Amino acid sequence: MSEDHKKEIDQISGVETTGHEWDGLKELNNPAPRWWLIVWIVCTIWAVGYWFVYPAWPTAWPGFGSGEEAEKTGSVTRVTTGATQGSAGWTEYKQLEESQAQIVARQAGYLEKFQGASYEQIANDPELYKFAVAGGNALFKNNCSVCHGADAQGSKGFPNLSDDDWLWGGDLASIEQTVRFGIRSEHDETRQSAMPSFGKDELLEKEEVDQVVDYVLSMSSEEGPKADAPGAEIFANNCASCHGEQGKGGRDFGAPNLTDQIWLYGGEKEDVYNTVFNAHAGVMPFWEGKLDENAIRQLTIYVHGLGGGEGVGAAVEASAEESAPTPEAAQPAEGEGASTEEPAPAEAESDGSAAE
Amino acid sequence: MDQPQNNKTSENGSEAGAIQYFAAQEKVYPKAVSGRFRTLKWTAMIVCLAIYYLAPFLRWTRSGDVPDQAILIDLPSRRAYFFMIEIWPQEVYYLTGILILAAIMLFFVTSLFGRVWCGYFCFQTVWTDLFMKVERLIQGDRNARMKLDKTPFSFERIWKKSLTHLVWLLIGFVTAGSFVLYFNDAPTLIKDALGFNVSTTVLGFVGGLTLSTYIMAGFAREQVCTYMCPYARFQSAMFDKDTLIIGYDKIRGEPRGKSKGASTRDHLGDCVDCSLCVQVCPMGIDIRNGLQMECIACGLCVDACDNVMDKVGSPRGLIRYDIERGLEGAAEEDHNLTRHLLRPRTIYYTVLLSVVCLAMLVSLLMRPVLDVHAIHDRNPLFVKLSDGSIRNGYEIKILNKTYDERHFTLSVSGIEGAKLSLQAADGSTIDNLKVEPDSVGHFRVFVTAPRKHAVTGDITFRAVDNEDGTVDEIGSVFMTKMDR
Repeated sequence: MSEDHKKEIDQISGVETTGHEWDGLKELNNPAPRWWLIVWIVCTIWAVGYWFVYPAWPTAWPGFGSGEEAEKTGSVTRVTTGATQGSAGWTEYKQLEESQAQIVARQAGYLEKFQGASYEQIANDPELYKFAVAGGNALFKNNCSVCHGADAQGSKGFPNLSDDDWLWGGDLASIEQTVRFGIRSEHDETRQSAMPSFGKDELLEKEEVDQVVDYVLSMSSEEGPKADAPGAEIFANNCASCHGEQGKGGRDFGAPNLTDQIWLYGGEKEDVYNTVFNAHAGVMPFWEGKLDENAIRQLTIYVHGLGGGEGVGAAVEASAEESAPTPEAAQPAEGEGASTEEPAPAEAESDGSAAE
Repeated sequence: MDQPQNNKTSENGSEAGAIQYFAAQEKVYPKAVSGRFRTLKWTAMIVCLAIYYLAPFLRWTRSGDVPDQAILIDLPSRRAYFFMIEIWPQEVYYLTGILILAAIMLFFVTSLFGRVWCGYFCFQTVWTDLFMKVERLIQGDRNARMKLDKTPFSFERIWKKSLTHLVWLLIGFVTAGSFVLYFNDAPTLIKDALGFNVSTTVLGFVGGLTLSTYIMAGFAREQVCTYMCPYARFQSAMFDKDTLIIGYDKIRGEPRGKSKGASTRDHLGDCVDCSLCVQVCPMGIDIRNGLQMECIACGLCVDACDNVMDKVGSPRGLIRYDIERGLEGAAEEDHNLTRHLLRPRTIYYTVLLSVVCLAMLVSLLMRPVLDVHAIHDRNPLFVKLSDGSIRNGYEIKILNKTYDERHFTLSVSGIEGAKLSLQAADGSTIDNLKVEPDSVGHFRVFVTAPRKHAVTGDITFRAVDNEDGTVDEIGSVFMTKMDR
């Protein structure tokens, strides 16, 4: 061994080699740079200190050295795995709790104001409105997006919440009631209605169903329905009580407007036939008791603000510049001051009272 | 450049071998010198430091809640102020402009005067010079310092060294403190600091910059210019035979030698080999070896040599600022000032510089005070309404860069019969969008296109200031199902 240690000096650089050789290449044994060495020593010292100050070493048993195994603090469930406890007592759980407490404290100020404010007040308070929409957005993602989709666009059987077509009403109070009690839910005050299964329960012959479907489809076509169509009478006798003679629906029963372009269960003939034959009775759960009052109201404001909201706080319309100012175009450009205080209801919706 | 070796003799390199892979830092003990260039260097240093330390205290009155510090980078509210200029984050390209300007300026000055930036104005040079002055005041000049470093630990060594480092740290602290003042309201921050009430960010920056000033100007010094600085390298690459450099007149000076009486000078050149030019050099090089990468063109060796030439009665300029041609003995008409100034290089740098300056000036003067942005909803892309019309959602941002509250009217074009509606809680309407002074207004806007005209395509939002009619437009897109 002692021979291996004989120092070999590289002729060109005058530096000792490590004695290792790879295909004729030899490695110089230059010392590590001083600054590098200093940084290394400092890091090492730092690391030793770190072991004592922060949780660092895993231990054999869960809870060893901490005396607790699982603990629920606030909204955080703490599962203590085995590790040394640092002298600083720092844990990620504590950090999370602290930051959550900060958030809750910040929210509390807004919530207090929010709790006491009416929808009308909130709709005219930019800060409160923003708070409500932000909270509603988070609540929606957690609770509603399962059925209605993260973009609130719904899908077959699950209503799109951002369009202007409302089964049970699109003002804030109606939306709140729907969110609170649900539709055909288990709550006593739930919104309730049922369409008969005209085909399955043999209320109508298959041929009659076929005729009434044709008639219903013609209601939303550009030509409009024909009064002498064979389905017209069937419609008047069986459907008009809920959907209205014109087929415009009725929000009292959650009866869809059959004359518009929106079909919850599909607008093809096959879909509508299926609906008339079997009927649908979609269910929305109630949220009273599951979500607190503030949450329900935040959700209401959020859903209302998706674009289809009616009444107080709804989007205010104005005619585009290039379209000639037609009489029904909302908000003629009058002076600034007068119309600003009270958000006027969207006029286009009020006359149609479109409800599916 | 032709002689990479300098006068440093490395301890571990001298044992064997001709090639050095690593040279340990040799401490440089620059000697004090006085003269034209030294005076110029002091002046430049005082001016630079005065600007740096005092500029944060300059005030510039702006209306409203806008800060009145003349030079301020206000990160929390995302604004940068420079006297009458105010920059928003959207206009960060002005920073690119400044950087381009600085780069061209560096090239231009280098082509005219060589590395004067390095020698007189670079912060590394300025602070190193300041630190050396402190060193010299406390520990004495070159010989005294060398002697002090060789003495074993003594009371004198300890107090002199400690005091030096203390003053260095103090300068570092003031430097770091001044830096932070550019990002905060200066008087407020100083008041807070006196009450020990500053944020960890401020503390972190002050600590870090104190340390870096201390290390860079106290220890790293010439190593920074030689090994760390990229500008030093690419300035060297821009040199040609017409670049103004500091050079030793070999023709006049050689053969060098100390005179042993008047008669012996006859066969010697003007250089008396006093080595003062080496002793005063802050980079630790011997300028007589020719132009070297390390040379920062500070001119201290010129001062040193001129003083000696005056004493021995020879004409000045054995070491001088000159172009390489001149040092090689070219005739006067070959390196006169006109020829030096009017080179293709200086001319196109001048043109380039003027173009960039002009472009920035024009864009600053024509800087719009109204800016509109439209962000189309990504989810959902569009919503079909009960009458078959298609609605798209947008986030409209209106940037009001004036210091007054403004009201705007928004309109849309590009789709026939399109209607705008606004979801707002602050009482705004489409023809009365309120935006606070010096801030951004956010508006939730819907565009509804009738069934007949709803097609995917480009649309344009147009915002008009209700008070003075200022207009800005922004293009966006309207979307619907493609297979309609």
